[in-house]
Amino acid sequence: MRHTLTLFVTLTVFWLLNSGHNTVLMTLLGLVSIIFVLYVAHKMDVVDHESQPVHLSLKFPGYFLWLLKELVLANISVVKSIWLGNSTISPCLMTIKSSQKTDLGIVIYANSITITPGTVSVDLIGDRITVHSLFKENIEFLKAGEMDRRVTELES
Amino acid sequence: MIFDLDIIRELISALFLFMGSFLCISGGVGILRFPDFYTRMHAVGVTDTLAAAMILIGLMLQNPDGLVVIKLSLILLMTLFINPTASHALAKAAFHNGLMPLIEKNKKNNSLPDKKQESEKG
Repeated sequence: MRHTLTLFVTLTVFWLLNSGHNTVLMTLLGLVSIIFVLYVAHKMDVVDHESQPVHLSLKFPGYFLWLLKELVLANISVVKSIWLGNSTISPCLMTIKSSQKTDLGIVIYANSITITPGTVSVDLIGDRITVHSLFKENIEFLKAGEMDRRVTELES
Repeated sequence: MIFDLDIIRELISALFLFMGSFLCISGGVGILRFPDFYTRMHAVGVTDTLAAAMILIGLMLQNPDGLVVIKLSLILLMTLFINPTASHALAKAAFHNGLMPLIEKNKKNNSLPDKKQESEKG
């Protein structure tokens, strides 16, 4: 029930912000479409803690800011090696362990790895993520486990 | 006073747009310069994340009041969610179909034959 409610609120805010309409007819039509979407979502059985991760919403901004900082640093190093040429890169493929307990946590971790330029998660089996990286330092950074620890803190 | 603030805003916006364009071009150059499929994907990462973010922030500053800012932030958020998924799908498809990445150790040994093959193809 809680997840249905949050989905309803999210959809309403999304509709209002994107349409910009405030006449009665338009709002009613919007309401009808939102209720239809809720019905379809229930039929598909996708309304749960994974599609509506409300329990993360308090901790998420802090993690997002940290990720943004890492994103900027990684971007700078990749752009530098783009302009300096191929002699500055040291591509490698390695498997790292993740310590998250839920599927959602592992997905957040793997996506955080992919979104950082210089590292792409290629494959995921159980709790082992195969990572391709542009520099050896990136793999060492992931092995040091700061990102892993932060994602685990986020999901707990 | 308001006039001054507008000029400052325009300048910051222009700076963001300029940085974003530079990063986009860097990403494009990276796609051309890097040696193999996987390393080229990292170059795309630059265009995906910081370049897109900077251009969108620059556009937000062009019209800081109104719904446009919220819509642009939504686009930014969607980009940040969708791009890693697409990159991962691409990398996984390549990996499972047996495309092996160029690893640092083999780079020097393989670099000559690789280039020969490429030039023969072309």
